Amino acid sequence: MPDKPKIGFYWCASCGGCEEAVVDLAEDILGVVEAVDIIFWPVAMDFKKKHVETMPDKSIVATLLNGAIRTSEQEEMAHLLRRKSQYLIAYGACAQLGGIPGLANQFSREQLLRYVYEEAPTVVNEARTRPQTSFQNNGHTVALPDFRNVVRALDQVVEVDFYIPGCPPTPKITRAAIGALLEGKLPPKGSVLAPDVALCEQCARKASKPDDLSFKEFKRPHQVALDANLCLLAQGIVCMGPATRGGCEAVCPAGNMPCSGCFGPTSRVRDQGAKILSSLCSNIAAKDEKESRDILAGIPDPVGTFYRYGLAKSLLRRKVNLPVEAAQKAL
Amino acid sequence: MKTNQSNGDVRIGFYICHCGHNIAGMVDCAAVAQYMAKLPGVVVSRDYKYMCSDPGQELIRQDIREHQLNRVVVASCSPLLHEHTFRKAVAAGGLNPFYFQMVNIREHDSWVHSDRAAATAKAKALGNAAVRRVRFHRALETTRVAIQPDVLVVGGGIAGIHAALTLANAGKKVFLVEREPSIGGHMAQFDKTFPTLDCAACILTPKMSAVRAHENITLWSYSEVAKVEGYVGNYTVTVKRKPRYVNEELCVGCLECIAGCVFKEGKFPDEFNVGLSKRKPIYIPFPQAVPPVVVIDPERCLQVRTGKCKKTCLEACADRKAIDFTQKEELVEIKVGNIIVATGFKLFDAKRIPQYGYGLYPNVVTAIELERLVNSSGPTAGEIVLRDGRPPKSVGIILCVGSRDVKTNRWCSRTCCMHSMKLAQLVREHTEADVTVFYMDIRAPGKGYEEFYDKSLKEGIQFVRGRVAEVTDWALAPEEEGKLVIRVEDTLAGFVRRMPMDMIVLAAGMEPQEDAQQVRRLFNMSCGTEGWFLEKHPKLAPVSTFTDGVFIAGCCQGPKDIPDSVAQAGAAAAEAMALIDKGYIEQEPNTAYIVEADCCGCKSCVPLCPYKAIAFEEAKQKARINEALCKGCGTCVAACPSGSIRQNLFEDEEIFSEIEGVLAYV
Amino acid sequence: MSDANWQPRIVAFFCNWCTYTAADLAGVSRLKYAPNVRVIRLMCSGRVDPQFILDALAKGADGVLIGGCHLGDCHYGEGNYKTVRRFQMLQRLLRDMGIEDQRVRLEWISASEGERVKTVINDMVEQVRALGPLNLPQRRQDWDCEMTHLAESAGESAGESEAAEPRAEPEAAHA
Repeated sequence: MPDKPKIGFYWCASCGGCEEAVVDLAEDILGVVEAVDIIFWPVAMDFKKKHVETMPDKSIVATLLNGAIRTSEQEEMAHLLRRKSQYLIAYGACAQLGGIPGLANQFSREQLLRYVYEEAPTVVNEARTRPQTSFQNNGHTVALPDFRNVVRALDQVVEVDFYIPGCPPTPKITRAAIGALLEGKLPPKGSVLAPDVALCEQCARKASKPDDLSFKEFKRPHQVALDANLCLLAQGIVCMGPATRGGCEAVCPAGNMPCSGCFGPTSRVRDQGAKILSSLCSNIAAKDEKESRDILAGIPDPVGTFYRYGLAKSLLRRKVNLPVEAAQKAL
Repeated sequence: MKTNQSNGDVRIGFYICHCGHNIAGMVDCAAVAQYMAKLPGVVVSRDYKYMCSDPGQELIRQDIREHQLNRVVVASCSPLLHEHTFRKAVAAGGLNPFYFQMVNIREHDSWVHSDRAAATAKAKALGNAAVRRVRFHRALETTRVAIQPDVLVVGGGIAGIHAALTLANAGKKVFLVEREPSIGGHMAQFDKTFPTLDCAACILTPKMSAVRAHENITLWSYSEVAKVEGYVGNYTVTVKRKPRYVNEELCVGCLECIAGCVFKEGKFPDEFNVGLSKRKPIYIPFPQAVPPVVVIDPERCLQVRTGKCKKTCLEACADRKAIDFTQKEELVEIKVGNIIVATGFKLFDAKRIPQYGYGLYPNVVTAIELERLVNSSGPTAGEIVLRDGRPPKSVGIILCVGSRDVKTNRWCSRTCCMHSMKLAQLVREHTEADVTVFYMDIRAPGKGYEEFYDKSLKEGIQFVRGRVAEVTDWALAPEEEGKLVIRVEDTLAGFVRRMPMDMIVLAAGMEPQEDAQQVRRLFNMSCGTEGWFLEKHPKLAPVSTFTDGVFIAGCCQGPKDIPDSVAQAGAAAAEAMALIDKGYIEQEPNTAYIVEADCCGCKSCVPLCPYKAIAFEEAKQKARINEALCKGCGTCVAACPSGSIRQNLFEDEEIFSEIEGVLAYV
Repeated sequence: MSDANWQPRIVAFFCNWCTYTAADLAGVSRLKYAPNVRVIRLMCSGRVDPQFILDALAKGADGVLIGGCHLGDCHYGEGNYKTVRRFQMLQRLLRDMGIEDQRVRLEWISASEGERVKTVINDMVEQVRALGPLNLPQRRQDWDCEMTHLAESAGESAGESEAAEPRAEPEAAHA
C-alpha cells in the first residue's frame, strides 16, 4: 500500500486561529487525517524539531505554515520546513501578508519591548528586566530566539509555493486547497488559492449598493447601529470588500461587520491599502479641499484601516525612519 | 550603429536624435546609444542627426524590415510635437504604430539643463524607462468618431461673421450666437479702417447682411452660450436666448416705437456711442444693426421693471404687434460637431492710469470715443468737437495706454499705432487742428502700413518719441491756460517738454474680455498667462485649441487687426471644414476598459466618469465602459480597488516599468 | 554611491494637457532647472494611482512630484479633484510611515506656466536635498541583514531582499 502523503503544520507569530481553522474542518478533519500522514503539528501532536531534521529533503509533500515571521527561531523553522517540503504553503493572512502582527512595523523593537515590559499600565517591572536570548540558571542554559526588528510575511524569508488566505482561512477555502493538493490539481506556483475577484461579487449586500455612491462622511462600526442589509460603504463605513479577494463568502458583512481585508488584494494589485485609499477618496462628495479633509478625518488611522493585514507586504513594508537594532546579546 | 542579440520575443529599435545641435549640444547622443544598446531587448541602437526628417524616418522603416523589429523607441523632442510623425513612420514600416514610445530629451532635457553629464545621464534613464515600457505595448487601432456637420460660431464680430460666412458658403449649417443685440462687434463702431481708410460700415455691413440672408446661418443675437457638453464631433450646446421683448419675426425696423416711447429723450448711456450720447430704454444699437430689430433694455424699461407704463410703444407699433412684454428667457439645445470661439476683446480702462486724467478732465478721451466723434452717424454727426462744442486746435494722441506697461499690461496691443495715425489723419481732414502723436515705437508692419506712416508724416502730423508722464491742467505759462498740458521727455530731442493741447486722445490697449475665464471653462479651453485664449501652438496651430473641435479666431486669441482677424477666422473655418468633410476624427486609442472576468461589480467606478462612459450592467452584475464615450483620462483605472480596469497605452505594467527605468542607475 | 556624490532623484507624474505642456514650454523658453527630475507622462493627474507614488519611493526615489491642471481646469472635467483627495489621505499615510511631507508634492501647473515648472522643480530638489536620501532599497537591505546569517547557514538566499554582503553579526543599530 503506498505511503500516505506527509503533511506538516507549523505556527509562527500567530494567534492560534489558523490552527483552530484546521480543527474547524470538523468532520472533514477525519477525512484529512485518513488521507494524509501528519508528521509535524506542534499544537496538536508530539513530534519534535529533531524529527523533522532527520527527514530527507522534500519528503514532506506539503507544510502549511501560519503566522508571521518575527523571531530567529521562526526564521530557522521556515528554512528547515522549506528544505524538507515539496510545497511550502503560507496558511492564513499572517503568513501570506504579515497579518495583524505586521502592524508592529510601525514601531521599533525598542518601542515595543519598552512598552510591553516597562510602560504598559498593568506592568510592574522596576528592575526593567527584558527577555534575553540566553539565560543561565543553575547550570542550565535557557535560550530564547532573537526578536527581529521587522515583521515579515513568509515569502519575505523563504520561497513560498502557494497561499491560502484569510484570518483565518475559512473551512471551505482550506478544504478546497487541501483537496487540490491531494488530487495534484494545483494552479501555477505562487498562486493564491482563492478567487481572483474582489469580495463584492459574493456579498449579499451588493444589490443595495447605489450606482452613484459618494461619501459625505465616514463612520466607524462602533459609532452607529448598522443596517444589516444595506451595503456598508453606503452607510459610510469603510469596508475593504472592493479591494479584497473573495472566497470567504463575505462572512463578516453577513455578521454585520465590514470586511477588513484579510484575504489580501487581487493578483492585479501591488498594494491593497493604496488601492482602497484611491477608491474611497475618488468617491468623496466634497469638492472643497477643506471639506474633503474633514470627511477624511472620519478615518482616523489610515495605516491601521487600510493595511490591517498587509503592512508587511505593502510597498513601503515598514515605517521608514525606524532603526535597525543589533541582535540581543546573551547575558 | 550598435547591435545586440536579443533573447525572447521583444526586438526593440532605439533611435536618439541629435536634432542638429539642439540635443547633441548638451546630450552625448553616441554615449546614450551605446548605453541603450546593452539593455535587454534592444536589437538596434542608433544616433542620427534629424530623426523626423525623411531619411530619419526611412531608417526606422528599413530597420523594422531588416531587423524584424517589433518595438521602436525614439528619443528626441516632445511627443506633443512628433509622436504622430513617428507613429506614421512605424506604420509605414509595417509595424502597428502603437508599438512605439517616444522619449523627450529636448524640451525636458537638453534645452533645460546646463550640465552635460547630468543631461546625458537623464537621457539614459529616460531611455531605459521607455525601453522597459515599450515591451508591454500592444497592437492598437485608432477609433473613429463621426463628426456632426453643423458648426457653432460664438461671437458676431468681424471674425465670427467671416467664419460663419465661409462655412455657410461651403454648404455647412452654422449657428452664430452673439451676446449683444446686434452683430458687428467693435468694427461696427469704427469710422474708417487703416491703411486704406475704407469706411468700416461700408465693408462690414454687406457681410452683416449676408449673414442675415444666408439660408445656412441661424443668427441668434442677444443670446449666450450657457452650457457645452460632449466632445469633438458631438457637442450638445445649450444657448440662452435673452428676451428682447420684441418679436424678431414681426419687427420691421421702422423705429416708430422708439419715437413713441414715454421717455421723450434718451436718458441712458448709449453703449454703441461709448456713453457719448443717450438712448431710451427701447432702442436699436445702431442704424445698420443686424438683425434690424429693436431691443428693450430690461433694467431701464418702466414696463419691464415696474409693470406700470402707458406702453405708448405698443401704440406706435400698431398692427405690426411686434412688441411682446411676455417674452421670457429661453434655453435652446443644439447639436454641433465643431465650435469656433470669436469673442473678441475689451478695451483697457484708461482710468487705471490716473496721471493721464481720463475721467478727470473732460477733454481727455479714448481712441474709440474719438472714433465715434469722427463718424458721421456718431453723437456729433461727424464733428470733432471738445465737450463745450468748440473744435480743437491741437490734439495730442498718447500711445501705449495700458500696453507695453509693466504696471498694467505687458503686451503690445498691435493696432494702436495704426489706428492712432488713422485718427490723426482724420482729425487733420475734419479740422485744422495740429496733431501730435506721442509714441515709444511706431509699429507699422502690415501691408501698406509703412506707407501709411509715411503719409501721416507728410500730412504734417507731429511725432514725439517719449512716454508721456502726465496730462495736467495746471498752467505754468499763459499759453497753457485752459488747455491740457502733456509733460513728456522728448527722447530724440533730449529734453522734457510741456506741450499744451485742447484734446488728448488715449490709445487704450486691448484686453481679454471680462468673462474670459468663465467662457474658456465653458469650452474646455485654457488661457495663457496674459488671459488670452490659448492656441494649441503659437506658430503651427494658432487657431486650434487643446480641445479637439474647439477653435479660436480673432482678438480673443490675442490683439490683432482686422486683416489678421479675418485670416484667422478663415483658418478656423477651414480647420472645422476639414473635420466635417472628412466626416470623422481618429481618436487616440487610450481608452479604459474593464476586464469582465476580473470585475466584482462593486460599482465604485460608475460615478467617476465625467462623460458617463461607465455603466453598471444589471444582467451581468458588472460594470462596463462604453469605448465610444471614454476620453482616456484614466481616473477610473487608478480608482478601481481590485485592479480590474485597464487603460490602453497607459497600462499599470507600462507605468510601473517606467518608474523602474527612470530610477535605474546609469 | 558615496554620500558626497548623492543627488536627489525625483520621479514626476505630469498630466499631458497642463503640466507636461508647461514643461515643454519651459524647454522652448530655454529656462534652466535642476536635472534631478524624471518625468512620466500621463493623460490626467487622475491617472496617478497611489501605488505609483509608493512604488517610486520603494524603488529608490527620494521624492515624487505630481503635476496637474488647476482645479476647475482639468481637460477631462474633474480628474484633478480625485487627485487632490487621494493626495490628502496619502499625505497622512506617508506621515504615519515616517516620510516627510516635502518628499511627495502635488502642484497645479497650467499649460502656460513654464516658469512655474522651473521654480517648483528647483524648489523641490533643494528641499529634498536638505532632507537627504530616502533610499528605501538600501534601507530594506539594512533591515533584511538581520536574517542573512541564518539564511546562509540554511544554504538559501534571505527571502526577497537583494543579496547583502555576508556578515558574521547582524548589522549594528543605526537610525
